[in-house]
Amino acid sequence: MTTWCLRALLSHWWRNPVQLFAYLAGLALATALWSGVQAINSEARASYDAAAKTLGEGQYDLLIPKQGNRIPQDVYVLLRKSGWLVSPVIDARINDVRLFGIDLVTSATGLPNLAKEPSGITYDTLLANEETALKVAMLANVTVDTSIAPGIAIGDIGLVQRMLKRDDLTHLILLPNQPITQPSLSMIAPNLRVQSAHTVTNVAQLTSSFHLNLTAFGLLSFAVGLFIVNSTIGLAFEQRRGMIRTIRSLGVPMRTLISLITLEMMTLAVIGAGFGIALGYFIAAFLLPDVAATLKGLYGAQISGTLELRASWWLSGMILALIGTALALSSRIWQIIQMPLLASAKPRAWVIATGSRFRLQLIIAITLLFSTVPLALILEGLLAGFILLGCLLVGAALALPPLLGGILTVVQKYTVAPVWVWFWADTRQQLPGLSLALIALLLAVAANIGVSTMVSSFRQTFIEFLDQRLAPELFVEVETANQSAALEIFLMNRQIEVLPLLTTQVVIADLPVDLYGIRVGQTYRNNWIFLDNTLNAWDIIESGKAVVVNEQFARRADLWVGNLVQVNRDLILPIAGVVGDYGNPQGQVIITERTFKDLYPNLYASKFGVRTQDASFLRTQIVNTLGIKNNAIINQVGIKALSLEVFERTFVVTSALNVLTLGVASFAILMSLLTLADLRVPQLAPVWALGLTRRRLAWLELLRAVLLAGIVFVCAIPMGLALAWILLTIINVEAFGWQLPMYLFPLKYLELGGYALIAAFLAAMWPAVRLMRTPPSTLLRVFASER
Amino acid sequence: MNVKILFLIFFWPLSVVAQGFSDLGSRADGFANPELNPTFSFPTDHGPHPEYRIEWWYLTANLNGPDGTAYGLQWTLFRTGLRPGEAPGWLSPQVWFAHAAVTTPDQHFATERFARGGIGQAGVEATPFRAWIDEWVLEGEDFQKMALTANGPNFGYDMSLQANGPLVFHGDKGYSVKSEQGQASYYYSQPFFTIDGTLKLPTGNVEVSGHAWLDREWSSQPLSDDQSGWDWFSLSFVDGAKLMGFQLRQTDGSLYSSSTWITPDGSTSSYPNGAFSAIPLNNKTTKDRNLPIQWRVTLPDKNVDIIVTAQNPDAWMELSIPYWEGPVNVLGSHIGQGYLEMTGYE
Repeated sequence: MTTWCLRALLSHWWRNPVQLFAYLAGLALATALWSGVQAINSEARASYDAAAKTLGEGQYDLLIPKQGNRIPQDVYVLLRKSGWLVSPVIDARINDVRLFGIDLVTSATGLPNLAKEPSGITYDTLLANEETALKVAMLANVTVDTSIAPGIAIGDIGLVQRMLKRDDLTHLILLPNQPITQPSLSMIAPNLRVQSAHTVTNVAQLTSSFHLNLTAFGLLSFAVGLFIVNSTIGLAFEQRRGMIRTIRSLGVPMRTLISLITLEMMTLAVIGAGFGIALGYFIAAFLLPDVAATLKGLYGAQISGTLELRASWWLSGMILALIGTALALSSRIWQIIQMPLLASAKPRAWVIATGSRFRLQLIIAITLLFSTVPLALILEGLLAGFILLGCLLVGAALALPPLLGGILTVVQKYTVAPVWVWFWADTRQQLPGLSLALIALLLAVAANIGVSTMVSSFRQTFIEFLDQRLAPELFVEVETANQSAALEIFLMNRQIEVLPLLTTQVVIADLPVDLYGIRVGQTYRNNWIFLDNTLNAWDIIESGKAVVVNEQFARRADLWVGNLVQVNRDLILPIAGVVGDYGNPQGQVIITERTFKDLYPNLYASKFGVRTQDASFLRTQIVNTLGIKNNAIINQVGIKALSLEVFERTFVVTSALNVLTLGVASFAILMSLLTLADLRVPQLAPVWALGLTRRRLAWLELLRAVLLAGIVFVCAIPMGLALAWILLTIINVEAFGWQLPMYLFPLKYLELGGYALIAAFLAAMWPAVRLMRTPPSTLLRVFASER
Repeated sequence: MNVKILFLIFFWPLSVVAQGFSDLGSRADGFANPELNPTFSFPTDHGPHPEYRIEWWYLTANLNGPDGTAYGLQWTLFRTGLRPGEAPGWLSPQVWFAHAAVTTPDQHFATERFARGGIGQAGVEATPFRAWIDEWVLEGEDFQKMALTANGPNFGYDMSLQANGPLVFHGDKGYSVKSEQGQASYYYSQPFFTIDGTLKLPTGNVEVSGHAWLDREWSSQPLSDDQSGWDWFSLSFVDGAKLMGFQLRQTDGSLYSSSTWITPDGSTSSYPNGAFSAIPLNNKTTKDRNLPIQWRVTLPDKNVDIIVTAQNPDAWMELSIPYWEGPVNVLGSHIGQGYLEMTGYE
């Protein structure tokens, strides 16, 4: 009995292969983007973990120079001989690889651990993963070790020093279990300071908002995919009501039937999700290089360029898909249990039943949408941002079908021509069947508008910001106090405007902060734009009576214009201005050069901005006259170009995701229309019999799809803008620590609208063509057969 | 090539750490080997011998506090070569490590340090004598009068030493045989130090004084393949005589022993395998290892028949190379104090 029953159930799919395809494809799409995005995220996370583990970052306190990034080796030996247990590290870039030299004998993971887990490090061999090994193979012997984080090569400190032609160190790891007696650090190494492990900025934290954005995209398309699954399941059950009734009449117990249906649907779900995971793998592999480039450019975070099949992402995709299917399935099974044995299915009755459902939907939608306003005012934090986002999206999605129904009723009311009256009425009748696909389209278009607005605003702001910040044409970094003085005299003698930059890391308001000393001049006055400032801010700052802070600091410390900042034990100054500082994770406090020198008489300016008309000539002069290395001078135009390129990469990722979500939405429309097509034959047959040609009917079908897409698009604009506002004003501030101004891009939205209409048109094309080719006999049979 | 093999080849001292003392039996490629009839030259030979694979400056002391409480102290600097010879900077093939310990009647403190040669973090210079790793130092104008210091996370000490007798050479004029196959080392001692100074303990500083014993030994292959560890005794009797004796345990259960009887004026009698005997009387489990903490030691030629008992049975050195080392009391035909080292009880 079970076998026959199962065969009967499965026969439905043989007769409706498109529906089977829709079911599998819906699941595959739901799983694909989700698991693709998760794959990227988990790959990145694994890379961050590997890097943290490889480098021991954030685990131990460090000794770092108060200025610059070099520690003479003698200082290391002196510290050890004074009872400071430190381990030397040299850290530099070569061929785009972070070269890390350590001393195994004293390292924190040290001999005891190495004894348990032997390492391949030897005195004359580097360790790196396969990808990185290729980049350094010509410089040293390399042993491939897959556990080393990407972009990092590790070697013995002596080997790395020889490769870099250096004899100094970058920082010292302060080992645990220091001896009971120790002279103070200021006595032994006055030029070093302790950097506590927890103040080291963590790459994983930095990049979390980026990954959050990816996750949001993944979740969105997951939701859209589940809409498809839900509607396909609904349709399959509608169509199988007759069959189910027959099977039940033949004496199959309800329990057996339900078990079989569950088995059937869940097995198919596993297959569909399996396809999705495979697809997700390809999506991730396709996007990973661009994502990697973006992460590296924006945050300096290295992630592996190759993808690994990790259980964390494919399993989560599979489980989510199965849970989603099970939820959709359970409501239908509930309907079967409720269904009287001999009841028949009437589409019209279904629509009437949905009338009351629409009202309920509308009430929930309005509640959700209205609750966003107080939520935005009351709640704080990243999670709140997402709750807000959720309310907005779910509210708008639920409101869409009733709203469309209302619009159609009004339009129908003012229509006189009978064909058009029928057209509007018929559209309304189809609404329940199409509503899920239309919601999917709404979400996709709104998300695209929202994310495009955010990313484009980001780019626009950033370009302006780069123009402000990179105003000096040349940027020179010196290594010694003598070079610093010589460069300044050299430039002053030539009457070239020079902007020395003094910097050190301090703790202000319990936050690790970069303290800068600047020479206030025309460049700052003309180019720096304050987000908020007092009157004559630059004059007050120049007189040394106030500070400028960046937005990150202002937000974290909650200190704004007019508030006092304890710069130093003896120095408290008010904030005269807050500047935007996009893309910088670190808080900054800026004082004048003079005040800085009073506070830190031993520090000298190691960086200089130089204003010049002829950058390349001056560069050659500086190199030849002062002996400053060519690679210590940066042409800011190059930086600008590089920064913009990073953004282009970000756009590639965003637009690829845009295309994918729109694709998923149009697929949802196609599937809804296809599955409705067969149901609609009985409704179209009378209209055809009244004289409307199949061609005309097909055109009307196409028009309907485009019209609905048009209305959806109009609804999506305010929703997308609200989304962008939440992303920029709430989520961005929470995730990055700075607020972006919101710019509008009407042309871009129109373009998106065009895509949405095209997507709807293309989706409706096949069902329309099928309708056009429906043999008249099929239409006639409607009148012949009794339903 | 397997990482582990690479590791063993290029980073030999780490493998000492990994495998414990049994690895001291490795082959000695390229390194010099001790030879019969050595001629020592001082003070040069107090300094390092980088052409040999392994070398140590090993000081132990039996101390007493103002209230008569017995304490033990250890300070050891090891040198081990990846390759024979020296090279400047990080290229130096020498690796140094050191152990320091203080034993009280109910506590045992031990810690260790590591350093690469060539950069000045650790080393030994003969004149004036200075052996150091980090801030741990054993130094003096000559080998007669020295200062000693070491610190750990919860203990430390500052001591001064004064030699009151001559250097003592073990085996055949300093050529000390370690196995039937002829493995040997150069081995001499200064067992006549008086010592005083301050122990820094968690409970506070303690002024102490007593006597100390410094061993100097270097070789390239001190153990043979079938030897798994040793039990080593340095005992000072109240009548001024001293006894150094060790037995190497072999994997077949047999023993290889060697010993030196030192009279109060420093003249010596060396004994070949079999003369000296140490038999465990009592075992105790400490840190998951079952160790003999009481021995019956005999040297019939000098009428020695004594019971040697650990002052604190828990003197386990929980370091990269784990072993037992601590002060002992001596009763029986002779009365005194001393130090016991037991290795290879893995």
